Amino acid sequence: MNNKTTLNLVEIRPSPHIKGPRSVENIMRRVMYMCIILAICFVLQYGMSALLSIIFVTGGSLLTEYYLCKTKTQSSGLHDYSAAITGLLLALTLPPGFPLWMGFVAGAVAIALGKGLFGGLGYNVFNPALIGRAFAQAAFPTAISTYTPSMLPNRFLEIIPSTLTLPMMAPPSLKTWLEAQQQTLTNLGNGLDAITSATPLVLWKFDFIATPYFDLFTGLYTHAMIGVSPLLVILCGLYLASQRCLNWKIPVSIILSAACLAWALHSYDPSRFATPCFTVLSGGLILGAVFMATDMASSPTTPLGMWLYGILIGFLTVMIRNFSGLPEGVMYAILFANAATPLIEKISQRRVFGTGGSDKHMRKGATYPLHPGYISREEHSAVTPEKVIMKHKPKPEDRRKPQREEQ
Amino acid sequence: MENLQEQKSKSQQLEELLEGIWKQNPIFVMALGMCPTLAVTVSAINSLAMGLATTFVLISSCLLISIFRNIIPKEVRIAVYILIIATFVTTVDYAIQAISLTLYDALGAFIQLIVVNCIILGRAEAHASKNTPYIAVLNAVGMSIGFTFALFCIGAVREILGAGSLFGISLFGENFQPWVVMLLPPGGFIVLGCWLLFFSYLAKRRMQKLQELEKAKSKSKFKK
Repeated sequence: MNNKTTLNLVEIRPSPHIKGPRSVENIMRRVMYMCIILAICFVLQYGMSALLSIIFVTGGSLLTEYYLCKTKTQSSGLHDYSAAITGLLLALTLPPGFPLWMGFVAGAVAIALGKGLFGGLGYNVFNPALIGRAFAQAAFPTAISTYTPSMLPNRFLEIIPSTLTLPMMAPPSLKTWLEAQQQTLTNLGNGLDAITSATPLVLWKFDFIATPYFDLFTGLYTHAMIGVSPLLVILCGLYLASQRCLNWKIPVSIILSAACLAWALHSYDPSRFATPCFTVLSGGLILGAVFMATDMASSPTTPLGMWLYGILIGFLTVMIRNFSGLPEGVMYAILFANAATPLIEKISQRRVFGTGGSDKHMRKGATYPLHPGYISREEHSAVTPEKVIMKHKPKPEDRRKPQREEQ
Repeated sequence: MENLQEQKSKSQQLEELLEGIWKQNPIFVMALGMCPTLAVTVSAINSLAMGLATTFVLISSCLLISIFRNIIPKEVRIAVYILIIATFVTTVDYAIQAISLTLYDALGAFIQLIVVNCIILGRAEAHASKNTPYIAVLNAVGMSIGFTFALFCIGAVREILGAGSLFGISLFGENFQPWVVMLLPPGGFIVLGCWLLFFSYLAKRRMQKLQELEKAKSKSKFKK
């Protein structure tokens, strides 16, 4: 026994002796806890349907991941939580009344097309959750834009009728259900105004109705679809940034650039373009900026690259929202920026010390031993024929000069 | 040379036929002729029609090229092949126009584009110009069956998911939710990718089995 322990003590290993506790699982676990907090908030806002939706979407992505790991087509496994995060984030971006079978398909596509095909965790070019959402948007455009109001009184007792649609079937119209909800609200006596199933962004885009900032920020607005509260997302993001699970530069640059562009547009034409505050708080901008754009595999790694990436996302988001047919543009903006990530990395790469660089700042006559064009005297004499050396042979007059200086 | 080829045994002839259907499937294995594959396969009917049109052109042009293979000068062979293929394509073009104008409209320019289909040109250059008419036709039949089968596979999946029907017969009733993306160009890419994945998976498994068999054989030999 003694021998063994001493042997262990004298074990010789190469240099990183002190290892940090950070690992993929470690980071992913923290991100997943934050996602679970957001999911709980989502369920409190929308009730049973949201819970079922989250379970089915996450189940779809977990099952796909399990199958892909079993057939050994990708390197990662279920234990690193990445599939669970993808599923949870995807569920948070879908409307709560999204039919369960469509949610399952979206979750499966997110993992299979978004991650599995590229080789698993760390190899994905695009954010898997957004791939799933983009697929759902392209495949089921009507279902994905049918939102339901949050904070309904009996949200924990009944399920939104579109949730339990049979597989391959179209979801039923929500018109009668919404009318019934309105009726219960007025019966309860707090039916202040009509229920809207439109998101604040849709309201602004087509009717130019602005939702109050406080409601947007806390997500507690009773009668409209807002999604997860930006306040909670920012708090979770702050925790993750403090734990270094995400880089603060990306969300900050996205929000700043979107706000700047929105401010410029708003000051140009206030009746048409929303205020910067509304732009930042509405839709999925903050959720996207904090949880989607910061995906480590699909975002740049250099500091300058992160700023460029964030500015590109903010710019594209505001552009898509204001100058296209879509009310929301965060998803496509992030996917575009993901596609541009390799290019951003290329142009934002730091110069390797001693290579490249311009000759502008070089003093005349000075020697720069690290400059690639530098040739030492020994090399010079080795390369060049004797004639040159003869030329540089100090004349007797030259020899005297330094001697004088020394004196 | 030719005598040798004519004397190919029946099993070899069968292999020539089966090669194009499975092992050398023009779409799923060689990934040739992607243009009609992605553009036309919105429904099963369209893809079958496209497959049959290509079948006719492929078989007849391979036959003709293989008959004239010794007369065609090497320097201008591609031009001659194109001329022969274009003749048959024009025939098919008019034939489809006469049979069904709606189908003709659905297939659009892709009928004329059979002229530059790389499967046909590739077969003419690589196979028909080096083999006797009988073998060339056998190979062409196999290839065109493989092509039609592949188009049908893609078209059927896209029609079932995108429109809820097969050959225009509704499968899920009236309340079907169409997957809009399947009828759009991305759907073509996704379905083709899935089929390619499936076929490469099968090929991989077959290779593994062959290797295991060889190992077992060598082991048994060693024991003896």
